[in-house]
Amino acid sequence: MIISVASGKGGTGKTTVAVNLALSLARDKPLRYNLESLGQGTQTYPHSWVQFLDCDVEEPNAHIFLKPEFKRTYPVAIPIPEVDEQKCTHCGKCSEVCQYNAIAVLKDKVLIFPELCNGCGGCSLLCPEGAITEIKRTIGVIEEGKSGNINFSHGKLNIGEARATPVIRELKSRIDSNKLTIIDVPPGTSCPVIESVKGSDFCILVTEPTPFGLNDLILAVEVLRKLTIPFGVIINRADIGDKKVEGYCGRQRIPILMNIPVDREIAVSYSNGAPFILWKKEWEPKFKNLYFRIKELISK
Amino acid sequence: MKQIVVISGKGGTGKTVVAGSFASLANQKVMADCDVDAADLYLLLHPTIKEKHKFSGGKKAVIDKDRCTGCKKCMEVCRFEAIKEIRSQIVVDAISCEGCGVCKYVCPEQAIRIEEVVNGEWYISDTKYGPLVHAKLGIAGENSGKLVTVVKQNAKLVAEKGNADYIIIDGPPGIGCPVIASIGGADIALIVTEPTLSGMHDMERVIGVAKHFGIKTVVCINKYDLNLKNTQAIEEYCQKSNIKVVSKVPFDKAVIEALVKEMPVVEHSDSSASKEIKDLWDKVQEELKDGK
Repeated sequence: MIISVASGKGGTGKTTVAVNLALSLARDKPLRYNLESLGQGTQTYPHSWVQFLDCDVEEPNAHIFLKPEFKRTYPVAIPIPEVDEQKCTHCGKCSEVCQYNAIAVLKDKVLIFPELCNGCGGCSLLCPEGAITEIKRTIGVIEEGKSGNINFSHGKLNIGEARATPVIRELKSRIDSNKLTIIDVPPGTSCPVIESVKGSDFCILVTEPTPFGLNDLILAVEVLRKLTIPFGVIINRADIGDKKVEGYCGRQRIPILMNIPVDREIAVSYSNGAPFILWKKEWEPKFKNLYFRIKELISK
Repeated sequence: MKQIVVISGKGGTGKTVVAGSFASLANQKVMADCDVDAADLYLLLHPTIKEKHKFSGGKKAVIDKDRCTGCKKCMEVCRFEAIKEIRSQIVVDAISCEGCGVCKYVCPEQAIRIEEVVNGEWYISDTKYGPLVHAKLGIAGENSGKLVTVVKQNAKLVAEKGNADYIIIDGPPGIGCPVIASIGGADIALIVTEPTLSGMHDMERVIGVAKHFGIKTVVCINKYDLNLKNTQAIEEYCQKSNIKVVSKVPFDKAVIEALVKEMPVVEHSDSSASKEIKDLWDKVQEELKDGK
């Protein structure tokens, strides 16, 4: 099962929710749960059944909280064209094919703009002279390791690189379908968000009860409806603003899965990179229940 | 005319709160909301839309099912897994399609065409603070970097026409294409950060981006009193990196109160955060005079 945690607006608490959810579910011993009320009998979860993917490859933060020991590093490269000037007749086909203006053909020279290349492979496939091959250009890195029993992976886009989606795509190719995968999604509503949430069984939208939170929640809801991914809302800092988020969720019949109150201790522990369920023990069952609630919502 | 861009790396550190206050404090300026994914500045500035334009940020493949013979050549060449077979019909998944057009070229039946898609709108508006150029990316739209560029270009045109002194740009979070598009050509980047480990980590990366593109950078630490140890660490890091910390804004309930009332905090009250943001605007002007 894949649960993604997204928000629209940044800084609402995506990483806090994703990290605390992962920690509440990952335990040393196999866990046994009585799920009779859900009609699923008793289920046992082996240890290390939780996989965590931080898909916010522009600004990954979950590692600050989960402190994984990284064991493996893989570069992420996208293919870009290389022209064999010996074979090239400067016919211009490649530049005609390229929708991203990444190749310009001059009278006696071909110019390539790697940062515009989308890696579609059209130029090399369609060159009539077979003069174009593809070489790899590194744009980021994937790091993998363990945080306790959690299998942790994140991607990091290189500084100055524009396109996050190839790194996210590569990271998501590592999803282990035998595990519960929790995905920390970047903020916003455009390509990196779509790439991150695509294929999720459920998406948690974390918001805050302010006009900004509501505005961006509505945008995120529209995205998830278009992608037909079921979702619910967590209201973080639940008492700082107004009641309009609750009103909106009520009218739209969106389940509110959890309210996290404003709490200076939670804010300070966040600032120091400490997940709050580690010492606010009363929250551990709440996050476990969140998982079961999601399971129930998916099975409906 | 000077361009000021407010960025942060991490989301939710207070970019729009600062940019919205600058709208109230600066004379002779044009505002631009370049966070086109999740544009919030309009909530503080209450614009009246004067001009509305469609934005076409990309292309998508469309299969003519009458011509398609189901040979699947298109599926073989697509690198974005955007062509699927659903109930023995070959269809394009518009969300995955990147509009590269390779399928169109290999289709032996000429059954595929590439169409421009409208996936957003942008606006020129009036506000009581002056003109605002802003946009709305279509649902699950793409190419937000290109839309940011459109917003900036038009903000510049409006500013030139009105002889404005400043363009104040509310930027997006992150370090990728919309951020790169937002900071290009800026005279100064103001990074709003917070004293959390996440805020610091993300600030370091976005400073790297500003440096990469040669943009003069200054830092504002928002809610600095939430964690004084981290605030000190940010100051030390910035000092080492030769970047000025121009302001430290205290945590202040008035910021949320102003937000709920949908107004810039500097107009809401004369609270501690409000005073500091006024001072920040003076500092930014001084830094602009200083040049590089």
